[in-house]
Amino acid sequence: MSFTQTLAKRIGYGLLLLIGVLILNFTLISIAPGDVADSIAGDMGGADVTVIEEIRERYGLNQPFHIQLWRYVSGVARLDLGFSYFYNTPVTSLILEKLPATLLLVFSSQILAIVLGTLLGVLAAKKPNGIVSLLVTFLSLFGFAAPVFWSGILLIIAFVSIFPLFPVGGMTDVTVEGGWFIQLLDLLHHLFLPMITLASIYLALYSRLARASMLEVLGADYIRTARAKGLPQRAVLYKHALKNALGPLVTVAGLQFSAVMSGAVVVETVFSWPGLGTLALQSILARDTPTIMGILFFSSFVVIVVNILTDITLRLIDPRIKTG
Amino acid sequence: MSSAIANDVPLLSVKDLVVDFKTRAGNARVLDHVSLDIKAGKILGIVGESGCGKSMTALSIMGLVPNPPGKITSGSISLNGRELTDLSEEQLCDVRGSEIGMIFQEPMTSLNPVFTVGEQIAESVRLHEKASKQAAMARAVDMLKAVDIPEPEIRARAYPHQLSGGMRQRVMIAMALACRPTLLIADEPTTALDATVQAQIFDLLQDLQRDTGTAIVLITHDMGAIAELADDVAVMYAGRIIETGSVSNVLSQPQHPYTQGLITCVPHLVPDPPIEREVLREIPGMVPALTNLGAGCAFEPRCEKAFARCKAEKPALLQISESQFGACWVLEEESA
Ligand SMILES: Nc1ncnc2c1ncn2[C@@H]1O[C@H](COP(=O)(O)OP(=O)(O)OP(=O)(O)O)[C@@H](O)[C@H]1O
Ligand SMILES: [Mg+2]
Repeated sequence: MSFTQTLAKRIGYGLLLLIGVLILNFTLISIAPGDVADSIAGDMGGADVTVIEEIRERYGLNQPFHIQLWRYVSGVARLDLGFSYFYNTPVTSLILEKLPATLLLVFSSQILAIVLGTLLGVLAAKKPNGIVSLLVTFLSLFGFAAPVFWSGILLIIAFVSIFPLFPVGGMTDVTVEGGWFIQLLDLLHHLFLPMITLASIYLALYSRLARASMLEVLGADYIRTARAKGLPQRAVLYKHALKNALGPLVTVAGLQFSAVMSGAVVVETVFSWPGLGTLALQSILARDTPTIMGILFFSSFVVIVVNILTDITLRLIDPRIKTG
Repeated sequence: MSSAIANDVPLLSVKDLVVDFKTRAGNARVLDHVSLDIKAGKILGIVGESGCGKSMTALSIMGLVPNPPGKITSGSISLNGRELTDLSEEQLCDVRGSEIGMIFQEPMTSLNPVFTVGEQIAESVRLHEKASKQAAMARAVDMLKAVDIPEPEIRARAYPHQLSGGMRQRVMIAMALACRPTLLIADEPTTALDATVQAQIFDLLQDLQRDTGTAIVLITHDMGAIAELADDVAVMYAGRIIETGSVSNVLSQPQHPYTQGLITCVPHLVPDPPIEREVLREIPGMVPALTNLGAGCAFEPRCEKAFARCKAEKPALLQISESQFGACWVLEEESA
């Protein structure tokens, strides 16, 4: 099977999976006691039965389940995720407004964790008893043991309260004026702490994985061949060994992506980063079901896309992976 | 040890090479005063049981002894009059792959699975000859043709997993010879291949040797191949060379009891005068552990001719004829 055919198949499966996620989400929320009408009525400070019925009518909540489901799924197909009564905005525009911030946080921290983790892993594997190796072990223990909210709060205490180097939260400072470059610097300034916090767990994971994977690869016969060819250590490590060691790393990074998305919710809350995580928390507290479902849908979408990208990357790295 | 033809300066000369490995059981002397000479354009065979130090000799010449735990303790290795043990890692990189090529025992795993075979051959040309990408790839295709791989342009774009073991070993040979080295080390190049392919690879090596004039160190268990291909042979036992000389002499008149044993294990080699085969068909006993070699000859526990002196002292290589040396107290007694 050709590469494009495989890709088409993967995208097809991805779409089916998304529809499954939609149906499951919708069903679960419908089964849960209470609905939007109850919440609106609650916010109004209580309402009588006729008013609640009126609201139900307006939101189509009195229709049979399968009609509601169909209306929802076909709406999503037109990128219409419903209307948030809490924000008084269509859910799609609400999410699209917050999505970039989350993607920025998630991808920047993942790239940082993967690049730095791989580098540390390679250096550690070069000298398995050296100082970098020790650092990687320490980092892993710390990264695995420390919950995100705790390390986030520690960072805030250290670099906002004691040494006020970074802003306490948010994504931009409205008082900062200047061209796009100044704005970018301001953004990076705000991004730094949340990015480090979210990256720390995965940095631990990836550096340990890269170390183990590199150690295994460095014992392989083809590494001896590369040395016998006269390649300098640098080329042996970063070309011949690393390309072979990347497979497990890419696989795990792909699998971890959904965990990173949920990690982002916590980090965004700690640093008041105006992304999907903050939105998710607020809409859960407000029982804003259309928004919650929209966020779940978008997260699944991102995770599925990342998984397809992981597959493509693996294929590009290792020619032995059969297409099909 | 002087070379067989006295005024012929050897291409590679290994003298009193000692390699030690730190192991849990203590220090293992993996190579013990190994000396070898290879003349330009000749083939030197190295034979000996598993674990006797054949590969370690090859890796020492390449400067690839795994360190730690191993290290070259003393001795000299000189190539074209240049001392290799004094070179920095950087200088060694220039020698490897360009002046000395090496092929290994395991063709299935010796090629990097994530690069095409063409890239892997071209890489060494680009590295050592500063050739352009295209020129290097063109050389890779030429080399594939030279090692008799059909459709070399297409095969250059194949990944190792798409080739058979015999093909992969041909690729390894092409890679090792791509920069036209003066010395090729072939460490058991056919051990992992089936019998018909073995013969093809040996034929190929012989043809290439004739065409290019590359000297070859051929490490093998195959005495038949030694008889057919090699000019000289060195027999190793427990990290030492116990007999060496021209192939015609050593195979027809083996002097060391171990060599005699080895040769009588091969049915179609007939030493002259014939040795009583019933006695020596199989060499009894086991190779001793390198960590607790005694003061005597390492072969003594398995030797039928051993006497008191063999337990007490190690015999040195003794010149037996113009082109043959043996290390055995029996020979010493006879010549005395
Ligand atoms: N990393 C190591 N640590 C300790 N000892 C080692 C190590 N590598 C090799 N040796 C020892 O060095 C000795 C020589 O090994 P070498 O690989 O040269 O044998 P060989 O003659 O090539 O055998 P074979 O025919 O099996 O390839 C062996 O006894 C082995 O136990
Ligand atoms: Mg070997």
